[in-house]
Amino acid sequence: MAAEQKTTSRRQFIFDTARMACGVGMLGLGLGLYTRQALALPPAAIRPPGAGSEKDFLGACIRCGLCVRDCPPQILSLATPEQAIATGTPYFVARSGPCAMCEDIPCIKACPTGALDHKLTDITKSRMGLAVLVDKETCLNFLGLRCDICYRVCPVIDKAIKLEPRHNERTGSHTIFEPVVYSNACTGCGMCEQACPLKTAAIKVYPIPLAKGELGEHYRLGWEEKRKAGRSLVTPEIEHQYNLPEGLKYEFGGRGLVPDTGAAGAAAPPPNAPATPAAPGAASGLPKALQGNQL
Amino acid sequence: MSTLRAGKEALAAKGWWGAHKWLALRRLSQISILALFLAGPWFGLWIVKGNLNYSYTLDILPLTDPYVLLQSLLAGHAPERNALIGVGIVLAFYALVGGRIFCSWVCPVNLVTDAADWLRERLGIKGGAHISRGARFWILGLTLLMAVATGTIVWELVNPVSMLHRGLFFGIGAAWMVVLGVFLLDLFVMNRGWCGHLCPVGAFYSLVGRFSPLRVSATGRAACNDCNDCFVVCPEPLVIKAPLKGGDRGIGPVILSPQCTNCGRCIDVCSKDVFAFGTRFGNSVVPVAGVPHTTPK
Repeated sequence: MAAEQKTTSRRQFIFDTARMACGVGMLGLGLGLYTRQALALPPAAIRPPGAGSEKDFLGACIRCGLCVRDCPPQILSLATPEQAIATGTPYFVARSGPCAMCEDIPCIKACPTGALDHKLTDITKSRMGLAVLVDKETCLNFLGLRCDICYRVCPVIDKAIKLEPRHNERTGSHTIFEPVVYSNACTGCGMCEQACPLKTAAIKVYPIPLAKGELGEHYRLGWEEKRKAGRSLVTPEIEHQYNLPEGLKYEFGGRGLVPDTGAAGAAAPPPNAPATPAAPGAASGLPKALQGNQL
Repeated sequence: MSTLRAGKEALAAKGWWGAHKWLALRRLSQISILALFLAGPWFGLWIVKGNLNYSYTLDILPLTDPYVLLQSLLAGHAPERNALIGVGIVLAFYALVGGRIFCSWVCPVNLVTDAADWLRERLGIKGGAHISRGARFWILGLTLLMAVATGTIVWELVNPVSMLHRGLFFGIGAAWMVVLGVFLLDLFVMNRGWCGHLCPVGAFYSLVGRFSPLRVSATGRAACNDCNDCFVVCPEPLVIKAPLKGGDRGIGPVILSPQCTNCGRCIDVCSKDVFAFGTRFGNSVVPVAGVPHTTPK
């Protein structure tokens, strides 16, 4: 009898444990799936400076809101559960309120856990996001105007956004000043997006994983490797050979193809060698198209 | 069981204040804490910044919730100095006064679940789902495990406690629906469902106060008239039985269970003043000479 009772209670214990484990397991499954979603930051939500990767941030931020409180322009908000941003975490929307790039970075100082990295003391080194000129069809500069507003308001002017001239093919006689963003200087503060005068901004700040491409780890830039090593890492470079008409050579000084009268096999003079003043058409005996640099 | 509503006898015997003293003080504590936090966003009076997860008082006193910080640690993040100072202060405080003092004197969800409990009694709602009170420890374990597994503070995505508290000062959004869910759970689905069965925050704080000196004690248990009012009002009724009725079995009168929230409601509703705040020390079973135990066993 006693043994039977013991078996029953042991069996009951196992059942109870199994029931609890299953229930809690289901809860865990739901939470886990929700967590996966929460790790994807929506494009318009930008983290405060010093936030690091989204996964690190969600492990470090305890959702206290001190950064929100100590932000001088009051641009930060804490996400609420219906938003696609992890509940309780701070973010800002560049179009409505960009980061003011305070020099003393009070939001970082207020952060008790270092979810906003305290080692970041120079706000221009922060990487909250990355500006992307998303629409060249509506950007006023691309239409040929000198809007330049994004370039002018950029706190890292001429480094994060540069105006690069190119030919305006529509008019044929003007220049387009293309705003080009450089990720090595852009802090993602969002001032450009806020200032863009279009109804919907043509330049937008996105979280870096959305905005930035990444080379495969095995990629090597030949010219970088060569510079680092001081020599080519592959087989010695083959000297460039000109396949020229027989009896002619190329004169770099400006005369172009000339009769090869020098010693056979003589190396071509370097491009910066003192040039013989060349009068166009002076090289007689050659077809006009091959004279000088008129090609 | 008395047919009268719990506390009627005490009201008659001790008057309103005597029968509601600790309840009133507790509400005062809960509301004062909310008011301190609200003074900033509402009136620009920045005494306290932040919320229950971490707050900074008068730019000098940091207070950190140890549960959320533990999850952050398990997620692989080492906090800065202020969070560590804050967690030390909070742990020391609750280790002294009882971990679940947080639940009954501080946590804003207690206002919600107490309201549900009040209404449940008025509407005469009985029964409901049965889930073990140990479930909260399973959930606590799950949240800690998931912090390790995912490297993020998972529980904070759904935690109704911080959602409500943070929502009041930073904008609540749809979190009010979560809070309403907790209210309805307690009202219709389970008696004391959230705080008494499921909430891992309370489970964690009960561990913090495992050996806390401040305890409610059934010092006057000899006078108990079995009216059952204390069991009716207690949010964790299991903690009362042994200290109140176990004198004959050599059990002392101090409520030692870490699940006791030190709310003091049992002290209020007892017309015989059986309960009182005391310490866990001197929990002797020496019977008072000449006073027989009332428990007929």
